[in-house]
Amino acid sequence: MKAYLTRRYLFSASHRLHSDLMPDDWNRDTYGKCNNPYGHGHNYHVEVTVSGKVDPATGMVCNLVDLDAFVRSQILVRFGHQNLNTLSDFKDLVPTTENLCIRIYEILQQGFRHAHLEKVRMEETMMNSFAYAGGKELRD
Amino acid sequence: MVYLTRKAEFAASHYYHNPNFTPEQNLATFGKCNNPNGHGHNYTLEVTVKGKVDPQSGFVVDLKQLKDIMNREVLDAMDHRFLNKEVPEFLHQIPTTENIAIAVWQRLMPKLKSAQLHRVRVYETPDLFVDFYGEAA
Repeated sequence: MKAYLTRRYLFSASHRLHSDLMPDDWNRDTYGKCNNPYGHGHNYHVEVTVSGKVDPATGMVCNLVDLDAFVRSQILVRFGHQNLNTLSDFKDLVPTTENLCIRIYEILQQGFRHAHLEKVRMEETMMNSFAYAGGKELRD
Repeated sequence: MVYLTRKAEFAASHYYHNPNFTPEQNLATFGKCNNPNGHGHNYTLEVTVKGKVDPQSGFVVDLKQLKDIMNREVLDAMDHRFLNKEVPEFLHQIPTTENIAIAVWQRLMPKLKSAQLHRVRVYETPDLFVDFYGEAA
């Protein structure tokens, strides 16, 4: 039997939406108050969904200890309490939550081996959320 | 096609243990969930059905009927129970959230007449949930 397991995590970070390739008035028009030069912060909720056959010996898609350890060391430590604009991930990329969601998907896709990665969903605030499934259509 | 989701809550206890494992393997695999006295959760169940909207009633499914089926087939069996000892599926199967979602699907599937079961979602906590769509593999 194939099941989908989703785990939610939380980290806080700051960012500023600004493209160095574009003039200042374009940045102000496009990003509004998110373009404030001093930046601002969010509490980001990350939902990681993995899938796979439920192992009859354990009853699990994957052991949560493995998923938690990977997310903690590779994602929460990397992005938590950081200014996203200063990280190498966003050297040439505006740290919108779209791009952050894709980056987190890529980190999991490249490094997590205990189950198949289905999607990453992120809530920047209670009012907006983003999801990325490696370019695939979302199921629900 | 319209999708309709009904929620329910139940509280139950469980523990994780494979009788074929050594005590050391059980502890290494299941950690504190291996405590044989069990521990509990407030589970939230979401059942999603899909179907055409009936032009007469405007319903995908009669919600009262869906609620009755969920109560009879799932909540009466699992609410305020020790899953490992009181629910037949879990006498020989570990009551993980994955296996609970599968058991709920298998209990509801044969009882639903007018609407088609789409998804069973079981939240063990607000930060952990499992989806099952009836897929064999």
